[in-house]
Amino acid sequence: MTMVEAVGVHKSYGGNLVVKGIDLTVRKGEVMCLLGPSGSGKSTFLRCINHLEKIDAGTIRVAGELVGYREHRGRLHELKDAEIAERRAGIGMVFQQFNLFPHMTVLQNLTEAPVLVRREKPAAARERAHELLARVGLSDKAGAYPRSLSGGQQQRVAIARALNMRPGLMLFDEPTSALDPELVGEVLDVMRDLAADGMTMIVVTHEIAFAREVADTVTFMDDGVVVESGPPAEVLGNPQHPRTQAFLAKVL
Amino acid sequence: MKPTDTQASPVLKVVPVRRYGQWLTTAVLLGLGALAVRSILTNPRFQWDVAFGYFLNAEVLDGLLTTIWLTLVAMAVGIVMGVLMAIGRRSDNPVVSGAAALYIGFFRGTPLLVQLIFWFNLAALYPVLSIGIPFGPTFASGSANVLITPMVAAILGLGLNEGAYMSEIVRAGLQSVDPGQTQAAQALGMRKGQVFRRIVLPQAMRVIIPPTGNETIAMLKTTSLVSVIAIPEILFQVQAIYSRTYEVIPLLITVSLWYLILTTVLTIGQMYLERHFRRGDLRTPQRSFLAVFLARRTEQEQP
Ligand SMILES: Nc1ncnc2c1ncn2[C@@H]1O[C@H](COP(=O)(O)OP(=O)(O)O)[C@@H](O)[C@H]1O
Ligand SMILES: [Mg+2]
Repeated sequence: MTMVEAVGVHKSYGGNLVVKGIDLTVRKGEVMCLLGPSGSGKSTFLRCINHLEKIDAGTIRVAGELVGYREHRGRLHELKDAEIAERRAGIGMVFQQFNLFPHMTVLQNLTEAPVLVRREKPAAARERAHELLARVGLSDKAGAYPRSLSGGQQQRVAIARALNMRPGLMLFDEPTSALDPELVGEVLDVMRDLAADGMTMIVVTHEIAFAREVADTVTFMDDGVVVESGPPAEVLGNPQHPRTQAFLAKVL
Repeated sequence: MKPTDTQASPVLKVVPVRRYGQWLTTAVLLGLGALAVRSILTNPRFQWDVAFGYFLNAEVLDGLLTTIWLTLVAMAVGIVMGVLMAIGRRSDNPVVSGAAALYIGFFRGTPLLVQLIFWFNLAALYPVLSIGIPFGPTFASGSANVLITPMVAAILGLGLNEGAYMSEIVRAGLQSVDPGQTQAAQALGMRKGQVFRRIVLPQAMRVIIPPTGNETIAMLKTTSLVSVIAIPEILFQVQAIYSRTYEVIPLLITVSLWYLILTTVLTIGQMYLERHFRRGDLRTPQRSFLAVFLARRTEQEQP
């Protein structure tokens, strides 16, 4: 079953075309790593998937549903804020800068959206939150405020926060790029565990070793287009396109 | 060169800088303070006994209540208008953001006293106020003289004027919140209103509270302006008394003491609010008075 299907996606910022026609498909349970030089449009494309950015042309479907639009008699009708929010709730996103809510404890960070958006019973949301915190190894931090945690701990909380919405798809935008080198491993461990659990994931990363080990598909982007895509052994082991070769020569 | 730490260095005594200037300033200030206190206490024309005699006078207390009430209502109107105008200023719609800018420009650009008298005299401009569809039927109407009582004029004048200042304060607060917070909240499926109420506004409060405290303290004193439109707030009451008794100075002392007491109370309240909205700032979480209070309430609500 197809989880994400992007067809001819274009996005520009004030006349500056950033994403120039991306087609890609991600199956349910697949882990796709998106590689590419800085400024190639990886973040922008990721943000189009959950409609944090509005696309200019093309379509993106998540679990068969158009993101941000409804198809009706051959026309695309833009959805209202509430409807977009509802669809976003099923897509988890993890940011480079963690973006935890600093005025809430770790536990509140995890329970806020399930209670507010999904109208869950606070007790049920809390119970799952404690399970998730145990899973990311932070059981003892439920009452702590984000600023008292290390970067690696904050990012693990951010992953648990996204998971507490029980998403069908997880988007990661350079989740380890803001971390000190010795803290990268603990976050990648959590992501590896999640992948093994069958979560569908799109991961923008510069961690080539992680991509080689965990990804089902590695997609290389440059200048707003997909240059090369395939199993990690092919794209990373035997890149066909000179731009992929040049990029890998730099980062490896 | 040899490293110096190989030689045994003698322990040297530290002599602090002599701050002669500071000593002099301190002495002058203490001297002036002593003179002022002596003069205030010994000059019989201050009439402290009269000042304290009126402290709990029924008319003064009546005026005090009006002052407190007017301050709270005007600040409430000001905060609501301020939040609305701050949101308006951030709107993508140029007509909305333009209207908000116009509001702020108008109320900040004209003297409050003029605005108060203007509202008070609105009946001269629009003798009849009515609710209905423009160019269509009217549902209700009334004489402006009846609808715009002095109290309504005072609340409109103070509140709308305050809204212009509050909107700038709220805007600065909203701008201080990292856009990543909004994105994270949206990514979790929150709607715009939920993002604003639960994520952006609480964080903006850290920046909004201190100047709002100042505004409230200023408003407490600004309410004395409405004595010109015959609102019986504390200054008006006191003026009414001394116009009968000619005890001007002692009654001005009475009213000043009350203002000082109220501003002190407000300052303490502001301190607690600031501490509440700074939670999460500190490495070791410290529960604020308000947080403890709210937590106790929610704990009690649970069966
Ligand atoms: N909000 C924005 N407004 C204007 N330009 C933007 C914005 N976000 C990204 N860009 C531009 O789009 C291009 C691609 O950015 P991005 O998607 O962040 O690349 P990547 O994540 O691959 O480094 C960059 O040139 C960047 O300057
Ligand atoms: Mg990026």
